Amino acid sequence: MSDHPLVQLTLVRLREFIREPEALFWVFGFPLLLAAGLGLAFRNTPAEVLTVGFVGTDVTAFENAPALAVEPFPTVDDGLRALREGKVALLIERPAGGSVVYHYDDTNPEGRDARMRADITVQQSAGRTDPVAAEDQLMREAGSRYIDFLIPGLLGMNLMGGSIWSMGFAIVDARRRKLMKRLIATPMPRHYFLLSFLISRLAMLVVEIGAFLGFAVLVFGVPVRGSLVLVAATCVVGALAFGALGLLLSSRARTIEAASGLMNLTMLPMWILSGVFFSSQRFPDLVQPIIKALPLTALNDALRATMLQGATLTQIAPQIAVLAAWLLVCFPVALKLFRWR
Amino acid sequence: MPEPVLRVRALRKAYKDVVAVSSLDLEVQAGECFGLLGPNGAGKTTTIEICEGLTPLDSGDVELLGMRWETDARALKQRLGIQLQETQLSDRLTVEETVRLFRSFFDKGPTPEHVIALVQLEEKRRARVGTLSGGQKQRLALACALVGEPELLFLDEPTTGLDPQARRQLWELIEDFKRAGRTIVLTTHYMDEAERLCERVAIMDHGKIIALGSPRELVASIGVEHVVEFSADGAAQRMTLDDLRAIEGVRDVQSDNGVVRMQVTALHRAVPSLLAELVRRDIPLTELRTHSATLEDVFVTLTGRHLRDE
Repeated sequence: MSDHPLVQLTLVRLREFIREPEALFWVFGFPLLLAAGLGLAFRNTPAEVLTVGFVGTDVTAFENAPALAVEPFPTVDDGLRALREGKVALLIERPAGGSVVYHYDDTNPEGRDARMRADITVQQSAGRTDPVAAEDQLMREAGSRYIDFLIPGLLGMNLMGGSIWSMGFAIVDARRRKLMKRLIATPMPRHYFLLSFLISRLAMLVVEIGAFLGFAVLVFGVPVRGSLVLVAATCVVGALAFGALGLLLSSRARTIEAASGLMNLTMLPMWILSGVFFSSQRFPDLVQPIIKALPLTALNDALRATMLQGATLTQIAPQIAVLAAWLLVCFPVALKLFRWR
Repeated sequence: MPEPVLRVRALRKAYKDVVAVSSLDLEVQAGECFGLLGPNGAGKTTTIEICEGLTPLDSGDVELLGMRWETDARALKQRLGIQLQETQLSDRLTVEETVRLFRSFFDKGPTPEHVIALVQLEEKRRARVGTLSGGQKQRLALACALVGEPELLFLDEPTTGLDPQARRQLWELIEDFKRAGRTIVLTTHYMDEAERLCERVAIMDHGKIIALGSPRELVASIGVEHVVEFSADGAAQRMTLDDLRAIEGVRDVQSDNGVVRMQVTALHRAVPSLLAELVRRDIPLTELRTHSATLEDVFVTLTGRHLRDE
């Protein structure tokens, strides 16, 4: 094993991280659970079978009706009661030979849907033929589902949290324990200390992204249409930008409490504004320039474009530039402000 | 006289409007163990941390191993061993990993295994730092100070907060280093620690050195070498304090609760005379104790306060 100080410092970072089970869970386990939970909750489902009530003589006409389950009622009153209670979406009243009456709530999408489906069946069984032949070609494409939108956002959020928390807590803890003061009393070059944080962060990133993307691709079939190298490079730039931000946030704080307040204050707006769970386009145009300048928005947009639309480096260059700007501003300022003891 | 290993001249340091150290001079020679003794807040840690290059000074001059912090910081750090007060090493690393980390910062020095053996932590090599006792942690801190084969070792309150057994164990280690010819500067507020370990001691109070010399010289400087205490039940009243003051070699006498306390300069003359006087007057002795005057007595004489004022 090499005894170069940078190697030793990096090993120490990794050991400290691995030996803390809570940190392992929050960085690796929690995002997977979150993705699994949200993926299940918002999965796309095939067209639902709607239950409709029927009062009349000829119920057999509905036997082959698409996606309709027909429940006969003896009287109209019975049927209306079922409709009111939500047991059926529509009540069809069809006395022998006469016209047809549809009872439903037109503000309820299921009711409208059931009425349309039922009417087609009623008209066709009465002999209507459609003048234009129609054919359905179904396209259920991966990439347009909610889970596809969600995964790049969670990845971005995870990179932000992982970088800021792992940097911030480790640095403030070392300062609080006077360990940092002890280290700078040795001949250790100071930039090695900070560099070891970035290197260990990048090492963990490989595992983090690998596990998360692997899970997303294998379990949910989330597509990675762009170059995998570009996705990885985007993650690295993002992690470095957030690492620098984490360094800045923890450059002065002497207590975990102070640092954690600062970190949450910084991250909370981005969780909401930067399009993790829903598109950032929903916010007013007026604030869009600000939202676009946030590092998490840039990272999420770049990841979504690469993964879902197969964007190339030129197409995500503006986002990469935003991330690089955060890195280049935060890092020198953090070094300038950094409190070593 | 050879060049001193550490020379401090006219050192001054203030925090806002509180003066921590002022007009402080001291020299430490190669191979000696030098102690900064004083109560908490006397300026010991400020002084030692300025010498370690951790705290900038306001004015004055600090020279170590013929070098200065302003110009030779890198070279100096390679040659100093430092143990700080209250450093908490990472709980999640093992003893060996910690020593190996510190060893990696120095160009030369013994192997981590060797240093661990030196501080007698071989059995704890693979133990997490979080599981060590206070004394073991302090010995690990010592190991981290030794990894660079330092020419000058700074120890800031090395035994504070340790139980008596752990303190003695640490003292033995420090005595081993002294035998190995290392130069040591340590701070302490335990007078017995300074007396046992240090060739020379600077007694500090309110940011200044109020006395400097070997423990023996310092004790001699207050003119009292020994204290004799005896009690003789009620019979002692047959003798006045002035009778006792007349005994050869006795400087002063106090009586407290039936116990007579005599400050004595020549024990070998005073004790036989005292005993002869007691025999002559037929006063039965129930208790007799003598102890040499200590640095504590020096501090009390100079400041009127005890080192560890509660």
